Amino acid sequence: MRKLRKEIYACAPAHTLYLGPGRKEFHPKKPRPGIEHYVFEAGRAAIAQVQNPEAIDQGVIGNFMAARFNHQAHLNALLPAVHEALLHKPCTRTEGACGSGGLAVSTAATAILADMADAVLVIGVEVQNTVKAMYGADILAGAGHYSRERKSGHVFFFPNLFSRRAGAYYEKWGKEESRRGMAEWYALAVENARRNPKAQEHHNADPDPRATGMTPPNPKAFLEHINVFDCSKVTDGASALILASQEGLKKLGVARDRAARLVGFGHCEGDLTRDPPDPCALTTSAAAARAALGSAGAKVDEIGLLEVHDCFSISGLLSLEAVGLAQPGKAAAYLLDGKTRADGECPTNQTGGLCGFGHPTGATGVRQVADLTLQLTGQAGDCQVKLRDRKPYGLSINMGGNDKTVVSFVMRAS
Amino acid sequence: MDLTERLQNVAVLGAAGKMGSGISLLLAQEMARTRLTPEGKGKVFRLALVDVSEAALDGLLSYLRDQLVKRAEKMVGALRELYADREDLVENGEMIDAFVASALTLLRPTTEIGAIAGARLVFEAVFENEPLKLDLLGKARAVADPDAWYLTNTSSIPIGGLDDKLELGGRIVGYHFYNPPAVQKLLELITTKNTLPEVKQAGDELAKRLGKKVFPANDIAGFIGNGHFMRDGLHAIAEADRLRAGGDWAPALYKMNRVSQEWLIRPMGIFQLIDYVGVDVMQMILKVMDTYLPGQGLHSELIDELVQRKVLGGQHHDGSQKDGILRYQKGRPVAVYDLVKGDYVPFEAFSAKADEELGPLPDGYRPWKALLADRGKDTALEQHFAALRGSKNQGAELAMAYLKASKAIGERLVSDGVALGADDVNGVLTNGFYHLYGPINTYTG
Repeated sequence: MRKLRKEIYACAPAHTLYLGPGRKEFHPKKPRPGIEHYVFEAGRAAIAQVQNPEAIDQGVIGNFMAARFNHQAHLNALLPAVHEALLHKPCTRTEGACGSGGLAVSTAATAILADMADAVLVIGVEVQNTVKAMYGADILAGAGHYSRERKSGHVFFFPNLFSRRAGAYYEKWGKEESRRGMAEWYALAVENARRNPKAQEHHNADPDPRATGMTPPNPKAFLEHINVFDCSKVTDGASALILASQEGLKKLGVARDRAARLVGFGHCEGDLTRDPPDPCALTTSAAAARAALGSAGAKVDEIGLLEVHDCFSISGLLSLEAVGLAQPGKAAAYLLDGKTRADGECPTNQTGGLCGFGHPTGATGVRQVADLTLQLTGQAGDCQVKLRDRKPYGLSINMGGNDKTVVSFVMRAS
Repeated sequence: MDLTERLQNVAVLGAAGKMGSGISLLLAQEMARTRLTPEGKGKVFRLALVDVSEAALDGLLSYLRDQLVKRAEKMVGALRELYADREDLVENGEMIDAFVASALTLLRPTTEIGAIAGARLVFEAVFENEPLKLDLLGKARAVADPDAWYLTNTSSIPIGGLDDKLELGGRIVGYHFYNPPAVQKLLELITTKNTLPEVKQAGDELAKRLGKKVFPANDIAGFIGNGHFMRDGLHAIAEADRLRAGGDWAPALYKMNRVSQEWLIRPMGIFQLIDYVGVDVMQMILKVMDTYLPGQGLHSELIDELVQRKVLGGQHHDGSQKDGILRYQKGRPVAVYDLVKGDYVPFEAFSAKADEELGPLPDGYRPWKALLADRGKDTALEQHFAALRGSKNQGAELAMAYLKASKAIGERLVSDGVALGADDVNGVLTNGFYHLYGPINTYTG
């Protein structure tokens, strides 16, 4: 990816509550807010942080499957209802499975780089607790290659793809430490989420999440190589932010110290029609992270903050290796050494990640950039970490499907 | 003719009732599943659902449709394998829909018993009333396959008597599901000395295919489940009568209900359970048992009186509890019927005094629900009952007497030959009544 031709800033980060099983407010049989509620709440919370909303030139909304989860397509036409400043302005909806949010941010950045906009509202949303798990699995399986994979696939299609990756990983690198690493991933996700009042796992009071994470996988009840705690849950939620050029920031009336710089990004596609070349590696994620770092002119050892796509604990581990922070087969050791903790070498997923904060599929990529913005502007509350001078960069990886659509961003304080 | 062949033509008599609807659901699911297996493929399956009114059958079909969806959702892993050769079915949802549609095509709702012509398995699930059962089964025999096997959801009437009177030659077994049949794992399989071995074997195999756990019982009125429950209920009524000493029933019934639920750590109090089953149903079962086991005191004037006054219990159509011995608000008992006053008396009118007389529960008491999923529940129960043995308050004394009575009932079921052993008695009470422990235990000290 090329070096960015102009400065881009991220500001006005906002999240709705990430609602789903685990939150005390969630009851599967009681009515819940619809998709419009989430879009409006997140979008308006972002817009409320700028002095002049009229300066917003465009809107982009990332979403994966509202047409099936909510019987609502055409989400870009919801954006003028978020704020009238967007009426008769260009609005776009992006879809790249669970990478839809990342695509929304990169689409907004591209519009600014192309001088087509100075300020773009970006929202990511998914409301997926509208159907039972076995029907939701059908919908989410749309992120795979339907004609080749679905018929022979598992009831829980995507969890099984990552169970197979986990099985291959155990075989290659040893099961015991890998399982301990995955349990550690789950425990850290819960512990981080407890500091984040909007997280789905915020109310999780398990006194020993590491022991829970070590629950042996049971193929009769679920899957062969992973347990339910290795999986992110089903989440309703939205996140939003505004991307702006230097000029855009001024027009919006946002102070520089309330904005973080987006200094590089990489967007890579894998081939949907083929199995991953290596079940033990996220090769597209690695390529996207490399492209993002190259675009930013940054090095791996300068990353001081990480947001990775842990839709499953195994994808969390594989992401650490894809970025290059851990050598292949060493992600569990990296975790167990405490390197991803708030005071570790590279604090990771400090608001809980997908396993802790939640994973409203189309919102996640936006959520990650919004969280990096909160961290880099010192607004992360109880989740705030202090970056070291020699590690000034935050990096995010947002992955769609089985490592197919991947968008990675590099950010730093302004 | 193996079980799969017999499953091609099945009838349920009394299909729209509380038990019949659940049994029909289990059969529809299993027959639809069998139709997808290599041995069932390409064959015609039919399930005749017989009941007395079209309205009841309409309700049954709605129930079956809704419940088949839920059950298909739970078996979607198996459906993906069963539908592996159906290229047009790809998603979980498509397979669930196809399975439910297929199961619905098996159903033949009817008010005419003649419609069960050729049935090879006949399930009967009507009221516990011997003449009614004999009448219906007799009519069924006239039209069913001459070699049909009969499975009667009988909870107390001896099977041998039905066999003899209908001249079925051992082609009938007691197939006693617990309420609700679609959920409860327990199934009492009652055989007689004349039962054909292949009928018993098929009963065992079918139970397994329906996901049930079989407890065998011998053909003595009441079998294991009601053999224990009826006597357990009569003990509570006798104790309440003793406690009231000629006075009001309400505080005494309240106390025994509390003692049986809380001090004995059961899922519900004894009078709540009687209401759940139905006061009239209890009367009917007692009547049957008293007829076949005379002189054992299997009779209750209190129950007779309540039935006469239409204090019946049972459930509303939505599954909620009807008022019976106790009155319910949001599923919780709040008042008790007083025979003298002829009306319900709210608990608060007497509970403070009654609770004081019962005394406190032992320190560290944990209710049934809290112990249910606790792996250390055996130790907790040991400690609880040890504390009761060391306590002299009224609640503890009533509970220990109750525990001993329950144990004596269980032991007698074994010594009378109703159950093959203590494990079967305990198994029926823990699986069918969700007790945390069997009646034949060491907690009495």
